[in-house]
Amino acid sequence: MKAKSLLAILVAGGVVMGGCGNSDDTKKSDTKTEQTATDTKEVSLDAETKAYKEFALDQLDQFTKATEEFVTAFKDGDMDKAKELYPTARMFFERSEPIAESFGDLDPAIDARLADLEAEGQTKDDWTGYHKLEYALWEDGKTKGYEEVADKLLADTKELRARVETVEVTPDMMINGAVDLLNEVSTSKISGEEDIFSHTDLYDFKANIEGAEKIFEILEPKIKEKDAALAENLTDKFKNVNDLLANYETKDGGYVSYTKLTDKDTKALANAINQLGEPLSQMGTILE
Amino acid sequence: MTESNKETFMDKKLSRRRMLKMTGAGAAGVAIGASGLGGVLKAFGVPDFLEDDTSVENKVNFYGKHQSGIATEVQTHVYFASLSVLVKSKAELQELFKMWTPMAVSLMNGKPIGETKNSYVPPVDTGEAIGVDAKNLSITFGVGPSLFKNKSLGLSHLKPKELNDLPHFPKDQLEEAYTGGDLCIQACADDPQVAFHAVRNLVRAASGKVSIKWTQAGFNSIPVNKEGKRETPRNLFAFKDGTENPRSEKAMNDVVWVQKGESKPWMTNGSYLVVRRIQMHLETWDRTSLQAQEDTFGRYRHNGAPYGKENEFDAVDEDRKDENGNYVLPETSHVFLARQVKARIMRRAFSYSSGVIDHTGAYDAGLLFISFQKNPQQFTDIQNALGRLDKMNEYITHRGSGVFACFPGIKKGSYIGEALFNA
Repeated sequence: MKAKSLLAILVAGGVVMGGCGNSDDTKKSDTKTEQTATDTKEVSLDAETKAYKEFALDQLDQFTKATEEFVTAFKDGDMDKAKELYPTARMFFERSEPIAESFGDLDPAIDARLADLEAEGQTKDDWTGYHKLEYALWEDGKTKGYEEVADKLLADTKELRARVETVEVTPDMMINGAVDLLNEVSTSKISGEEDIFSHTDLYDFKANIEGAEKIFEILEPKIKEKDAALAENLTDKFKNVNDLLANYETKDGGYVSYTKLTDKDTKALANAINQLGEPLSQMGTILE
Repeated sequence: MTESNKETFMDKKLSRRRMLKMTGAGAAGVAIGASGLGGVLKAFGVPDFLEDDTSVENKVNFYGKHQSGIATEVQTHVYFASLSVLVKSKAELQELFKMWTPMAVSLMNGKPIGETKNSYVPPVDTGEAIGVDAKNLSITFGVGPSLFKNKSLGLSHLKPKELNDLPHFPKDQLEEAYTGGDLCIQACADDPQVAFHAVRNLVRAASGKVSIKWTQAGFNSIPVNKEGKRETPRNLFAFKDGTENPRSEKAMNDVVWVQKGESKPWMTNGSYLVVRRIQMHLETWDRTSLQAQEDTFGRYRHNGAPYGKENEFDAVDEDRKDENGNYVLPETSHVFLARQVKARIMRRAFSYSSGVIDHTGAYDAGLLFISFQKNPQQFTDIQNALGRLDKMNEYITHRGSGVFACFPGIKKGSYIGEALFNA
């Protein structure tokens, strides 16, 4: 793997540079360099990519289970239950989005918004997935007539879970994925355009952040080795965002409706996201 | 202390500072943590000291007695940014200005703020100014009154008493969205993208340390006469703006540059910037007769000459009366009223146009008024003299406001605002 060998060279290089200009330590650092050089095969991100894949698989297991419960409630015509399950079921999907969205056909089938379809010249009839059922629940006020959509959602979800087994997770995918998760928040969640009928955008928001934070957690030791200040900064900026989001938590552990947020609130959240996004985009430094 | 003594003193200080940097910069950077300069500059690929590159075309110098963008011949574009600080200590704020210094030099050299070496991370410089020269970019840094009220920064004892939010003036309709700010960056250039690029990259490099409070882009057309001489630019009402600006060194010292003992010592050779976002009601102006337009200003539109005079730079004679004993210059004209006080300022204004106003459909266009003076009171005096009488009030509404103390110029080896941090 290209990333792996690059990393190995740089780690070794870093040690050499660390020894520079300190003649007393020259000998010591030389030995150290050699040691590191022989160790290079162990310096890889295989453990990290493996850990991330396990995380994604677990999330999608839970997503399948939660979707099953949601679809059951929906088809039973239990609107209250379905409305209650909708935002939390989606969170598993949103957390693992870098992986979930790697299938160009399944992602829109499960998560397309009407606005996305219309932009592509499709109509409400072509629309499937969670947001169509969101429309049924909050806008149309009925479940009748949407049974097929519900069935297809569950089938697509199961297929997604099955196909994810085949995904090869790369360090690149993780690093770009973390930034993409934040971009998702910046472009659709912060504007309330993700869940325009239920206004449960903050659940998706939180899940995207958790997804990015998981990637950071997995890579953190490597980042610390390379740039301790970056790791510290990221910890700090994740905390900022999470602290802000905590202001909008409800007693039951959920989140207030997006409609409750003022322009000032969304601006503060958007700023916190941008302040996190800049250092997050520097995580690629470990692939250098 | 004589001038040469001062130089030696500076040099000594500089060399000690640089030595410290060479021996312990890395360690110091890490100690400061996430905001450490060493780490930040390293990440950006920016050397910690850069010189003005005088071989660059259309270049304004960064280093000097005064900051650029004040006495600098006005450029055709501005991108003005008012920022809030997020840093929690004086040391972090100091690091921020240290980080910005070589970046500003590089930008004013027409170069990116740093080189990208690793394709796995986003480019260091956003890149939209690649391939164009320096375009006379000037970058001016200032600090607002709110910065000194921020307790965690511990700067309150250094606040100049002149540095306060401007008082409310008659007919002000200030909007929070265009008012105040802890810091300002005024980027001016003969290219809108170069000006924008400068602010964008400085703010991006300072992610987590500052956030944008408000920004405004502005533009100017600068006519050039047959002899190739630049003329005073016109505002969107088509009248010349800046005719009465101080020009000689003495006038600049009298009006614009803070002299020793006139403010806090860290402001010596600095200047106070007043910015006002003034909406011009173009729709009503455009249905106003030429006579009424000229009466509003007290100058002729075609050449900018004051009433009763022939040329733009002829002295205004506010006492002159016609044969019937009436003042030639209307008593409600902008020029007449402004001259009722002794105070003078240096105007460095730009026009702006930012779409239309949602609820009225009117142009959101007008004047990004920027002036420099050694004391904001000079602006206040003039604005108070205009008061309710100014005929111009019918056509304008002040919607944004800010006042910033712009540091003195930066010496080679020093950094932006060093005098404040060493005070």
